[in-house]
Amino acid sequence: MASIYQPVRATTTLTSSTLSSRRSLTERKVSFVVLRSGGVKDSGLKRICCRGDQFVTNAVAAKADTPAESTASKPGHELLLFEALREGLEEEMERDARVCVIGEDVGHYGGSYKVTKGLADKYGDLRVLDTPIAENSFTGMGIGAAMTGLRPIIEGMNMGFLLLAFNQISNNCGMLHYTSGGQFKIPVVIRGPGGVGRQLGAEHSQRLESYFQSIPGIQMVACSTPYNAKGLMKAAIRSDNPVILFEHVLLYNLKERIPDEEYVLSLEEAEMVRPGEHVTILTYSRMRYHVMQAAKTLVNKGYDPEVIDIRSLKPFDLYTIGNSIKKTHRVLIVEECMRTGGIGASLTAAITENFNDYLDAPIMCLSSQDVPTPYAGTLEEWTVVQPPQIVAAVEQLCQ
Amino acid sequence: MSIWLIRSRRNCGNLLKTLICNSPTGNGRYEYSISGNPSASLFMARRYKSMEAEKELFSSKDDCKTSFEENHVHRLEYPGGKIAFTSEMNFLPGSYEERVKCYRLLDQDGYPILSNMPEHVGKELALKIYVNMVTLQTMDTLFYEAQRQGRFSFYMSSFGEEAINIASAASLSPDDHILAQYREQGVLLWRGFTLQEFANHFMGNKIGHGKGRNMPIHYGSKKLKYFTISAPLATQLPQAVGVAYSLKNDKKDACVVTYFGEGSTSEGDFHASMNFSAVLDAPIVFICRNNGWAISTPVTDQFRGDGIVVKGQAYGIQSIRVDGNDVLAVYNAVRSAREIAIKEQRPILIEAMTYRVGHHSTSDDSTKYRTKDEINHWRTVHSPITRFRKWIERNGWWTQNEDSELHIDVHKQVKNAIDEAEREEKPALKDMFTDVYEELPSNLIEQERSLREMIHRHPKEFPTNVPL
Repeated sequence: MASIYQPVRATTTLTSSTLSSRRSLTERKVSFVVLRSGGVKDSGLKRICCRGDQFVTNAVAAKADTPAESTASKPGHELLLFEALREGLEEEMERDARVCVIGEDVGHYGGSYKVTKGLADKYGDLRVLDTPIAENSFTGMGIGAAMTGLRPIIEGMNMGFLLLAFNQISNNCGMLHYTSGGQFKIPVVIRGPGGVGRQLGAEHSQRLESYFQSIPGIQMVACSTPYNAKGLMKAAIRSDNPVILFEHVLLYNLKERIPDEEYVLSLEEAEMVRPGEHVTILTYSRMRYHVMQAAKTLVNKGYDPEVIDIRSLKPFDLYTIGNSIKKTHRVLIVEECMRTGGIGASLTAAITENFNDYLDAPIMCLSSQDVPTPYAGTLEEWTVVQPPQIVAAVEQLCQ
Repeated sequence: MSIWLIRSRRNCGNLLKTLICNSPTGNGRYEYSISGNPSASLFMARRYKSMEAEKELFSSKDDCKTSFEENHVHRLEYPGGKIAFTSEMNFLPGSYEERVKCYRLLDQDGYPILSNMPEHVGKELALKIYVNMVTLQTMDTLFYEAQRQGRFSFYMSSFGEEAINIASAASLSPDDHILAQYREQGVLLWRGFTLQEFANHFMGNKIGHGKGRNMPIHYGSKKLKYFTISAPLATQLPQAVGVAYSLKNDKKDACVVTYFGEGSTSEGDFHASMNFSAVLDAPIVFICRNNGWAISTPVTDQFRGDGIVVKGQAYGIQSIRVDGNDVLAVYNAVRSAREIAIKEQRPILIEAMTYRVGHHSTSDDSTKYRTKDEINHWRTVHSPITRFRKWIERNGWWTQNEDSELHIDVHKQVKNAIDEAEREEKPALKDMFTDVYEELPSNLIEQERSLREMIHRHPKEFPTNVPL
């Protein structure tokens, strides 16, 4: 269907709000509405409740004014996303002596985004291992260790460097459980920051989920909030399948209040961020926040979007997605991948195959352009889908 | 004028040297912890304080001699250690005229070279090694022929490398882990993989360990601690480091042995693994089968320098070159290497020199790039099996009769195994979808269902010998 990938043109009436929102994005001082879903107390598979009870404002630590209600008397503790990842990691290392961390500068340096800070002091230099600079090799090392009974977490300093590890990930990590006839299992977690932001240039702004999504035998998840970061980290470590956990460079400093009790999320489930009636917006990772920002504008304009953070990039949670489509009959996919061959492209195909009868309009997919990410701040911003584009797309879909 | 300047500079230098030598030597740049745990002290030793700028360290006062030459030899504490200086410009040669010598105990005709040979291989072990070598050769011959007859798809033989396979395997313990490349079926054979199991795997039937999923020479057995072969070259090397890392974590009394050909040493993974294993103090024995050919690429096109053994030193790894066609030499070398690796927790590199007598695989005809004479020469004159047989016969442990009987017997066994494996059923359809993940995910369930529907609707289009 040629009409699927329709370019969205921002209408002129949006110019002023476009400018203001873009400026605020440049300064990176934006407040987000993060819907906390409650009721996830026990371990094991969890269904995330549809409607949350609380609205937690200010997901970015940089914002100055904190509203009074998000303090003291609430249960749980506040932390930043990278701390949530670390907490999940530490709890799993405490729980299972076979869990270890392998990567560059993860030891006494604490990792380039401080996710492993303090772990080497606590668990030793061998269990939190600093490796020489050879991604294919330390990924292979992790695979070998996993086949012998350990549960390594392999950290790529930046997801883009894991392209060097493609051979081991594709030919061995994904395959050896199958080709050995089920004899050897590979319970590794491969994680690292990816995505566009911070003006790191083209080589450090890769979206590897596009390249890895075809590899049979691996699972892919993307975290977006401290809550799901910790839950997905724990689930990934406990899973016997190789799991690739995608983090985003810009989301490490998100602050949120998470429960004190232990919780593990399901790797295959999507998260209902904002229930609605008019249109289903499917997104993940950083784009979730752009979507939620656009949602504010859309609500003011009278639309009621349903926002789902798909979280599980391989396999897709077609159950949650399908239910949503059956309700709204319109789908917008907002992703950071490039137009060609990204997660959005696969998701579009999957939805078309399975839910074509429920669609009232062609699926729209907003992605980054097929260009290497430019360094200049303004150009970099324009490669990423911005809230005004999302608003315009919804308006077009709901005509 | 110029002479005066030079002399005064020397004098200044002398004066400076005397002054500085008398100052106390600087702090150690490395923190060493004196704990009982060797790996802890190792990792402590790697941390170092950054150096204060422009503060040179001179070595101990003994070096502060007064003569001119000695005044100008001092060492500087670089990150990484002290290095002495020289004013003689000297490029290290890329390779030496004399190549590194090859360790050998039996000569070409099977006569022991030393008057007092190491006593590790007694009659029982020697006969077991010989029987396995003959079995390996027979297995290779018959499986190769079976492939030629179209009974299965692909095979790689290890002709000429029987000694490396069997003798090295014989010196290891069952607790050691093996990561091989693809020409080491002899190692698996020694460990206990039966001829029937091999045949089942090659035929891809339902009782084979691989459940019919991988190429014939990609066997593996978790029970025998032999990791499933994976096609891309040298990927097993960093994995071997990972296995050794796991053994270190568990403090097991075992080592990892990994095999690879000389062609694989061109891969990046080889260099990184050597480096990693040295840095990690991993108990690994790297065994390189230098058989002269990587499909059609001779070693002269593969690398420069004196082969693989010299590469070990670059990474800080003890290395040895061994005559790969001499059973006793290979046995001894691997045995010692294993001991060092485990006791001292360090990697060892062994380069086993040999020759690939067979073609690279059933898809190759090596007479296209090398002469038949060369192949025949190595096949006959340097055959490891013949050489070893001469030695055991001279020791009175083996006779010609027993030899003929063995050949006939093994031939029959292999043939039976192949026939039996061929008769066995192929794996069921569900095995196409299981083991991709721990449990079947929804998309695979759906794909299996749609495939079954397709088969149900068009049964004639699908093979009849695959059970549903």
